[in-house]
Amino acid sequence: MTTDGSGRLPTAFHQPGVGSFADFLGMHAPDMMPGRRTLGPGTVDAPHGTTIVAVTYTGGVVMAGDRRATMGNVIAQRDIEKVFQADEHSCVGIAGTAGLAIELVRLFQVELEHYEKLQGATLSLEGKANRLSMMIRGNLPMAMQGLAVVPMFAGYDLLVSEPEKAGRIFSFDVTGGRYEEHSFHAVGSGSMFARGALKKFFREDFSQQDAVRACVEALYDAADDDSATGGPDLTRQIYPVVVACSIDGFQRIADDVLHDMVGRVVDARMIRPGGPAAPLS
Amino acid sequence: MSAPFYVSPEQLMKDRADYARKGIARGRSNVVLQYADGILFVAENASKALHKISEVYDRIAFAAVGRYNEFENLRVAGVRLADLTGYTYDRSDVTARTIANAYAQTLGAIFSGAGEKPYEIEIVVAEVGDAEDDDTIYRLTYDGSVTEEHAFVAMGGQAEHISGLLKERFVADSVLTDALRLAVDVLTQAPDGEMRTLTAGQLEVAALVRSRARRAFRRYVGPELEALLAASVAHQAEPAAADADPDVEADDHS
Repeated sequence: MTTDGSGRLPTAFHQPGVGSFADFLGMHAPDMMPGRRTLGPGTVDAPHGTTIVAVTYTGGVVMAGDRRATMGNVIAQRDIEKVFQADEHSCVGIAGTAGLAIELVRLFQVELEHYEKLQGATLSLEGKANRLSMMIRGNLPMAMQGLAVVPMFAGYDLLVSEPEKAGRIFSFDVTGGRYEEHSFHAVGSGSMFARGALKKFFREDFSQQDAVRACVEALYDAADDDSATGGPDLTRQIYPVVVACSIDGFQRIADDVLHDMVGRVVDARMIRPGGPAAPLS
Repeated sequence: MSAPFYVSPEQLMKDRADYARKGIARGRSNVVLQYADGILFVAENASKALHKISEVYDRIAFAAVGRYNEFENLRVAGVRLADLTGYTYDRSDVTARTIANAYAQTLGAIFSGAGEKPYEIEIVVAEVGDAEDDDTIYRLTYDGSVTEEHAFVAMGGQAEHISGLLKERFVADSVLTDALRLAVDVLTQAPDGEMRTLTAGQLEVAALVRSRARRAFRRYVGPELEALLAASVAHQAEPAAADADPDVEADDHS
């Protein structure tokens, strides 16, 4: 696979050019590119990931995802992880066909690190978002057969002049369209409910802890109304995956912190199932 | 048309080897050595952008001397091979041996290929293991031969001279500042015994730090390198104050 007849590395390895791993893969092993496969007729049943939310705060951004994957009416997995570190200062969450989405994330992670190693510099946050949108566009034929991948990308932008506003969120559509979202966003089947909740929770002066709380509450609301989104599983101690990106880099919120926070959220919902009341004035 | 002169294969290979060796001898040197918490790379290099030392994968780094375009070409190929292997299988399946093998084949083919000039480069591929005994250091020369080295390697113009000095003075398990002091000392000492001075701006310093979580490779640049160099001199002048630089060592884990 990786050598020609003489044992020497093939030409593709020596080709000078930009530092894109996906481009290299497309040249050297096109069959390994996601979205380049030919599909037979008909549809397949594959696990789908559901709700991802992201909220900016002063000096960063928090992203969280529930832990459920569904296949029709069956819960395919109850502890799937759908939020990943992309690189040192960014994260990516996925909704849609889980298998394809996880492969896409893996390629995206390698892509960013590869560029960094070859060029000796990291891509700008916009550059990373554009790269991801191109990869999603490559998956369009699959999306047309019902195997869509809908990621959300967020990170700390090192090039922004006001560090408190450096947390940025990007959403994508199946055609690779890239849209910057302000303050908060949600994708996946429960996103309507999560977004509605976040609209009421969000404040400009959020701390990281506030943003984490808002994400947990929003996912609870999504699970409340969307059967494909999993709520916090207290019996098995399965909590949402919550990550934060700030000037200090990527950080996954520890399970014991989430244990306490989820406990408080659930206790409050015992009294008021609809969640915190938003003041009318 | 006249018949070409006969040149014996021995002579042909010798000419090619001489050509490559002369090219390498013109360049500055590069030192790789093991220390207590990993593998240290020190090169004489005035450029901040054109690196002679770089990261290949999580636990693997690359160091080279000779013609920049030639080793840069192999470095890029190595990073591509490592990332491709890691993407196809798993991150833990990428080893220095795979990369060293590919380099050896490629360099060997270029060296004996009729249409090409031999590469005027020498390369080290090093991988930091879980313990010092698990570290692997491969040295590759222009003709594709590979040797597995232990403790230290010197490449470049003064390779033999520097290797001699290292053989006398290398101490296993030394702290980062001591290892750096030794590397800078052997790089600055000319064969006639005269000492040059090298400032932080003329040195490229990096390490594969065993204790770092995933990506072990770390560059030391700017003020941090200056502080590290100053600490290494102070450390040497005052051996009683062992571990006198907790700040510098602590930085390894950042």
